[in-house]
Amino acid sequence: MRFVWFNLMPWPDLPDDFREKYRSVWVDIPSALYDPVRGHEVYNTYLDQLEFAETVGFDGLGVNEHHANAYGLMPSPCLMAAALARRTSRAALVVLGSSIALYDPPIRVAEEFAMLDVISGGRLVAGFPVGTSMDTNYAYGRVPGTLRERYAEAHELIRRAWAADGPFVFNGRYTKLRYANCWPKPVQKPYPPIFIPGGGSIETWDFCIENDYNYSYLSFFGYLRARKLMEGYWQRVAEMGKDDSPYRATFAQIICVAETDAEAEKLYGPHVSYFFNRCLHIYPGFVDAPGYRTIKTIQAEFLSQMARPNIGQAASLSWGELNERGYIVAGCPDTVRQRMEELIRTLRVGNIICGIHVGNMPPEKTRHSTELFARKVMPQLRGIWKDYESDERFWIHPLPKRVAPAPIAAETVR
Amino acid sequence: MSARSYLLDVAGSRRQIRVFEAGEGQPLVFLHGAGGLTEDSPFLAALARRWHVFAPLLPGYGDSDGAESLRDMLAVTLHSFDVIDALGLERPMLVGHSMGGMIAAEMAAVAPREVQRLGLIAPAGLWLDAHPVPDLFSKLPHELPALLFHDPEFGERVMTAGADFADPKFLEAFIIRNTRQLAMAGKLLFPIPDRGLDERLYRIRAKTVVVWGESDRVIPPAYGDAFCRGISGAELIRVLEAGHMVIVERPEAVVHALIRLE
Repeated sequence: MRFVWFNLMPWPDLPDDFREKYRSVWVDIPSALYDPVRGHEVYNTYLDQLEFAETVGFDGLGVNEHHANAYGLMPSPCLMAAALARRTSRAALVVLGSSIALYDPPIRVAEEFAMLDVISGGRLVAGFPVGTSMDTNYAYGRVPGTLRERYAEAHELIRRAWAADGPFVFNGRYTKLRYANCWPKPVQKPYPPIFIPGGGSIETWDFCIENDYNYSYLSFFGYLRARKLMEGYWQRVAEMGKDDSPYRATFAQIICVAETDAEAEKLYGPHVSYFFNRCLHIYPGFVDAPGYRTIKTIQAEFLSQMARPNIGQAASLSWGELNERGYIVAGCPDTVRQRMEELIRTLRVGNIICGIHVGNMPPEKTRHSTELFARKVMPQLRGIWKDYESDERFWIHPLPKRVAPAPIAAETVR
Repeated sequence: MSARSYLLDVAGSRRQIRVFEAGEGQPLVFLHGAGGLTEDSPFLAALARRWHVFAPLLPGYGDSDGAESLRDMLAVTLHSFDVIDALGLERPMLVGHSMGGMIAAEMAAVAPREVQRLGLIAPAGLWLDAHPVPDLFSKLPHELPALLFHDPEFGERVMTAGADFADPKFLEAFIIRNTRQLAMAGKLLFPIPDRGLDERLYRIRAKTVVVWGESDRVIPPAYGDAFCRGISGAELIRVLEAGHMVIVERPEAVVHALIRLE
């Protein structure tokens, strides 16, 4: 089992009456609510937390990309990964990822990912999400009906840029490069492990399975709801004649650990409530621009009756209900271990993206929960897939000898 | 008046589209808006009382196929000429509503010798910072009647006629239809309905009538003036007590305005 410590980097100061006063946390939330002076502290605190996670044994540090979003303050995930590359030494840098259809030309992503892989000595996990409709269509103005075609073309360009000895000519529909030439190239050969974050569209499954990419199901609705979807995924893996290594799949879960179940509610309850009430307050009109999802996916959702839950519905749930339904896995180490084991086995996933910082959780509590998970839960779960330990296809291959940052000049002089 | 509905091969069978045809007399091609068109449209019937109407459905609408190969304004403009060719028509009157008006204006600008009489009913295609067009793509169904109609209550009755959203079969069909249609429309209208038409309007030579509902809250009447400033000799007809769906609220008044093109 591998564990990635992940922080969405939410804005922690959304007002108490946020739901009443504003229609959405995303896309058209007034930017006046952002305070850069407070932001300075927030970003640095969040980066500290990611760095701390490496020291207590997490396998990866996760960042992702959102735009015009007050619960996801990383328009550029690669900037965050670059900061982490210098201050960490072992953990994978899991960039989940760059929304490759948003870059013009998309070879920019091939270059930035290669830079990260080289700086970190081969620690990059490269995520290629399509991106949500809020990010791609509404915040970045991409036409929904051609987004997936752009994505496919960007993917082809990036793969060729990493694989081919450049320069080469790339004559795409959306990108035309006479001299496609990726300097630098990634350390990991033939390319860094590729993770595809998805919400359940069946084309994404086939794409991952064909290419042996990791399918990362990122849901805020927990593992119980995800079961049906992941069953569909594994069925598709079998249909396509591939092996069933759990490392083909990743699941994201909100996790809160305390000394006792009661303490967990007391410590983390308000921050979980902040997340589900304020951070997930999204205007339904922004969730799915017409043409963003394919007809095939919509039909499949109706067929299997797994139409996506209304993103705002969790707002009315109590701590107990959220926990019971698996939106959060919370409690004392033993409770969390039992439920995580159930999650890992039922979804058959080799990687967990651990959402341990939740909503407006302050640094001390985040550290407490992170530490308890790392020391008292993680070791118990490590061996679940020991039969698959030799499967190295879906994880990083760092250089055996990596350089450490030199002490900064001023310190040396003194 | 005899109405027909049939599939038509277009552009050497690259696409197959649905056409509604009715009436007799001078040929008139009507290009529908982003919301689509049904065979029983009262506006089509009103047009057909005076002209020989051909109303092709854009790929992505009804059972017209081939939307995946229409990615941008130029492709849609040329496709629409291919439709006129496939119908065997020579320089028909060309009338379009909203997105269809945008397409008709593009056609007249791209090939000014091919379009001699042009009716633009609340066309999309321009952008004025002082009069932003609302983002229809992010609106929820219940928000639409108040935007689209002068009389929202009337609009709501029109838009929900016979619909039962509690029926999953109906809901699935509705969502799939809406997705197909607006995925196509988005290639011309998303996120801002401007594909550079203002730079080409000067090329239009057609006799042009521009028709606008006085209470259009989607594309405000100020755009009527903008079109008339851009198209030499264009005449603006304002229709009272009508919103963006002026063809539904006041079909006879629109037909009356278009008679000036004869």
